[in-house]
Amino acid sequence: MTEQNIRVLIAKPGLDGHDRGAKVIARALRDAGMEVIYTGLRQTPEMIAEAALQEDVDAVGLSILSGAHMSLVPRVMELLRAQGQEDVCVFVGGIIPERDIPALKELGVRAVYGPGTSTAQVVEDLKQAVFCPPAA
Amino acid sequence: MGLVEQVLAGDRLALARLLTQIENDTPEGREALDRLFAFTGRAHLVGVTGSPGTGKSSLVNQLARAFRQPEDGSDPVRVAILAVDPSSPFSGGALLGDRVRMRDLSGDPDVFIRSMASRGALGGLARATAALSQALDAAGYPLILIETVGAGQSEVDIARLAHTTIVVESPGMGDDIQAIKAGILEIADILVVNKADRPGVENTERALRAMLDLGHPAAHKHGPSLGAGEAEPAAEQGWVPPVLRAVSTRGEGVAEIAAAIRRHGEYLRSSGLWQQREKLRLESELDALLRDLLARRWRAGLDEDLYRQTFDGLLQRQISPLQAAETLLRQAERETSNPTRAS
Repeated sequence: MTEQNIRVLIAKPGLDGHDRGAKVIARALRDAGMEVIYTGLRQTPEMIAEAALQEDVDAVGLSILSGAHMSLVPRVMELLRAQGQEDVCVFVGGIIPERDIPALKELGVRAVYGPGTSTAQVVEDLKQAVFCPPAA
Repeated sequence: MGLVEQVLAGDRLALARLLTQIENDTPEGREALDRLFAFTGRAHLVGVTGSPGTGKSSLVNQLARAFRQPEDGSDPVRVAILAVDPSSPFSGGALLGDRVRMRDLSGDPDVFIRSMASRGALGGLARATAALSQALDAAGYPLILIETVGAGQSEVDIARLAHTTIVVESPGMGDDIQAIKAGILEIADILVVNKADRPGVENTERALRAMLDLGHPAAHKHGPSLGAGEAEPAAEQGWVPPVLRAVSTRGEGVAEIAAAIRRHGEYLRSSGLWQQREKLRLESELDALLRDLLARRWRAGLDEDLYRQTFDGLLQRQISPLQAAETLLRQAERETSNPTRAS
């Protein structure tokens, strides 16, 4: 597998309309040589899981600024697992309070990125995660 | 159960994974394609092409809806969509954004959407688009909509792959001289003037019709009555591309385009052109593969020292590129001297 073949879905679940962060990350991953499938605003967890399946992605990035992460993320994780994609690396970006991060990681989220994260960090983590999946 | 069996049984995750294998040209993917080939040849491949921003994705979204929920009472058809977007020439990465316009199709298990990066191919498709369409065909999608990269004037690969090619234009994209230039407009089986609620739609439509008049004067006057069953190029003149207006964001004009797609499919079948296109396509695919495999095999058997020596001569401009190629070919022929070749 080469970097070119890493496929990442960038999705914005929920109702907030701020997709600048999602677009910045999508662009950074593109510039790092990955193939980024961008789904746009206001996706339901079902739509995200369906896109992840059809596109056979290695990773899913969820951008959430609405505060609804504790209901949206578990649902996405549950759907991915139910359709046999538990090996997909899920990462979350946006406004996520410090205290929620352990619970998200408990659900299987690989990384949570807040404001000020460098895009290089995300790219590096993602390559690591895709090339060296955790022992199941 | 292997991937192939799972795909034939309708497993969507298996299909998605197989598409990845085929796209990455892995041994597993190649072997699966070999086995799936017997199940192909049933789907109607419809290409949608046109300049960036003319509304191809929105139109594909609406067309898929029209085939899923036909207004004329015909049976809904399972639809697969292959959406190609360009890869960056610098990083090799890609931003595949066609799904943004296809959210209406979400939740329908009989629609399968796959985004593809062009990965350096220049004809408006990716190298693996044809192979992916074969896998979708074998997986039982009778209608495959293929959206090309936003195309300019000469990205016409889609016409070789698809049975029916739709070229999408929108108002304000150039004068009537653009319309009679060679290239993308020539490949249209159906012309769509999208964004028809914008000013200038009459001009665009007039330019396209004028172009068709120049190209099909007789056919235009006498209607599509020529040569049913004939495998002559003249039979192609029996189809005059309709010019259809649409506002795809609102779904206007989409039922008519869907009807034209069905009509074109029937026309190809009844005129024998379907088989003829299939024959040409397989022939050119076989030729391309032969060239590819022969070159690869020949290259693998070539003496590395000789290659480097000859290349050095080329690099120092002692011999021309053609001379270098001929030297290497002659050398290889002498070494392999095949007795069956003299026929």
